[in-house]
Amino acid sequence: MSAILPPSERLWWKQPIAGQEWAWIGIAFVWAMIMFIMMVYWHINGKQNLSNEVYKTTTEMFQAKTDAFVKENTIRTETEQNIPVVKPNAKGEAFLLARLWSWYPILELEAGKTYKIHLSAVDYNHGFSLQPTNINIQVIPGYEHVVKMTPTKAGTYAIVCNEYCGIGHHTMLGRIYVK
Amino acid sequence: MATTYRTCPRTGLQFDLDADKLMRWNAVAGVLWLLVGGITALLVILTRWPAIKLLPADQFYLILTAHGIDMLILWIIFFEMAVLYFASSTLLRCRIATPWLGWVQFWLMVVGGIMTNVAIFQGGSSVMFTSYVPMQAAPHFYLGIILFAVGALIGTGVFFGTLVVAKREKTYVGSIPLVTFGALTAAIIAVFTIASGAAILIPTFFWSMGWIKEIDAQLYRMVWWALGHSSQQINVAAHVSIWYLVAAVAFGAKPLSEKVSRFAFLLYILFLQLASAHHLLSDPGMSAEWKVLNTSYFMYFAVLASMIHGFTVPGAIEAAQRKKGFNNGLFEWLRKAPWGNPVFSGMFISLVGFGFIGGISGVVLGTEQINMLMHNTFYVPGHFHATVVVGTTLAFMSITYLLVPTLFRREMLFPKLCQIQPYLYGISMIVLSLVMMGAGTLGVSRRHWDMAFSGAPFQYEWPGSAYLMMGLTGIFGVIAVIGGGLWIGLVVLSLLFGKKLDGGATSDKPTPIPDQTVAASASHSGSEEHVGVPGTVVLAITLLVCFVLYYFVNWKYLSEVWGLS
Repeated sequence: MSAILPPSERLWWKQPIAGQEWAWIGIAFVWAMIMFIMMVYWHINGKQNLSNEVYKTTTEMFQAKTDAFVKENTIRTETEQNIPVVKPNAKGEAFLLARLWSWYPILELEAGKTYKIHLSAVDYNHGFSLQPTNINIQVIPGYEHVVKMTPTKAGTYAIVCNEYCGIGHHTMLGRIYVK
Repeated sequence: MATTYRTCPRTGLQFDLDADKLMRWNAVAGVLWLLVGGITALLVILTRWPAIKLLPADQFYLILTAHGIDMLILWIIFFEMAVLYFASSTLLRCRIATPWLGWVQFWLMVVGGIMTNVAIFQGGSSVMFTSYVPMQAAPHFYLGIILFAVGALIGTGVFFGTLVVAKREKTYVGSIPLVTFGALTAAIIAVFTIASGAAILIPTFFWSMGWIKEIDAQLYRMVWWALGHSSQQINVAAHVSIWYLVAAVAFGAKPLSEKVSRFAFLLYILFLQLASAHHLLSDPGMSAEWKVLNTSYFMYFAVLASMIHGFTVPGAIEAAQRKKGFNNGLFEWLRKAPWGNPVFSGMFISLVGFGFIGGISGVVLGTEQINMLMHNTFYVPGHFHATVVVGTTLAFMSITYLLVPTLFRREMLFPKLCQIQPYLYGISMIVLSLVMMGAGTLGVSRRHWDMAFSGAPFQYEWPGSAYLMMGLTGIFGVIAVIGGGLWIGLVVLSLLFGKKLDGGATSDKPTPIPDQTVAASASHSGSEEHVGVPGTVVLAITLLVCFVLYYFVNWKYLSEVWGLS
């Protein structure tokens, strides 16, 4: 019965299993089930679940929607590059576009209010990494992901791109204000 | 069909000389790629160490791409080919099937590996290991990986063929050994993995040639990860087999129960392929139901399998030690283990590091909702350095201390340094994994050249603790590179200048298992009573307590972030 030799008991599958081994298998099985149920439970009672609302889109379509959103709702511009700061209207719909190498536009949100943020990329994969609260979502070209977010605390948040997107990847930093 | 066998006088293992040569060449090719991977590792670490920041951005991404490919694919799969040939031809004491196809395997993998590296170092293919479309690499980047994969597929074919040869020529009676069974698991998963790789990389190659217009970015990720993550499951099956192998060789340990251990391997075959989902949990394109079912390997059955191996491997060692009389207290069997033998110490650090650090972090990272705290952060490479490096690479290193004398017929030089090496490498790599995960928990991104965001329109300042974690990553990363470099140095020097050892008597017929050798000493099982393994029970319960605490701490973290729905 050595691990490098054929089992010396020809009918090894008829050998009994020791109690300690059975006990551990039982414990491990119960733990596996707890972990499985935990994910399902969180979908029912947890407050942090990733949205399933997704639409196929194209670069042009998403760009046009974002442009329209920015045009209607811009409240001011910031930095030398005149990046628009956009405050979503009462319905709380917002668009956030990832491209080489910026997050467009800057969003201004209110704490405690729920927003529907439409996320997509227009070139490569990008990574939405909201800091310092630390929420990370993959952003993929061709897919419009509608994520409902409820900011909890006022402050200035950074959106780091955490999916490698080429040489300027480290300069791809966006911003969300929460009032 | 005519071949010659030799029987190693030290271990009693019997080598078909064709297989012998194939194993040696594959292992050496693996070590050379490990050397390239190690040099790139040093450059990556010295760039991510904020106080040093060695390379400019373009070179950093190029080197990081090379590091991923050379380590995760080239080093590990070359070595695994040697493991497959060993587990079939050597352990079953038979000739290897179609040795010429083995050489096709070897040369395809050599050519493919070099081709992909040429593409990377030419500079136009810094697309990372994952090469997510629509970012495009040069055509020979993909073609090299495809050739390499075809080679590996042929290698698994030779392995399956050798199992058939052994069965037909009746070189063993009953069932195949557990280690061979584990290797069979690895080979079956490999076939699935390579098929997935072909399904995505061949179209991607066509796309890079301009023959296909577009590849869906989400579809690419899903199919690619059936290659990317499942191939890590080949490693798990391979290194768990090596744990059993070392336990058998170093202690004459028998599995506590053949049935349980084989069943656990079977669970790997049934469920590990679902792991593609681990990388898609924060993606838009899959539903929550799909994610929950797949990420948990259909209700955590593959995790269950790993927890079983985590019990039965040390349990087998404990039982063997207790039978030898190390019966005092809970842990005399462990205290009196041969800690000065690098074959054992490396294997045991691999087992503990993989279980406590790699395993627990992997399950937490793979929890659907918790993944949002860690997706694409430095936590991810932290996790897989604990699994693939501490788990797989260290297991391969430890078995090499056995293979150099028995397979290469050379004595290891500098035995004192050999004793130190697994500790130096294993412990620094465990600490490295922990501090990387620490940085990731604070949000630091993986695959990111500059955590100071120079040139960005805004500023974001990471907490000071994140800089501390990255500094520690630098320090322990460098120590780990020294530990890995030491291993390469010891192995290469021993192969070149180590004392030549007697290869043993040769014969043109396979010989039955001889008595009075390491291999045979473990064969007498009879129907001894089960030996209690209380020490292993304590270790396993400790693992479970850490697991449960860490798991729920992360749910607590998650409950504190913004509401998401």
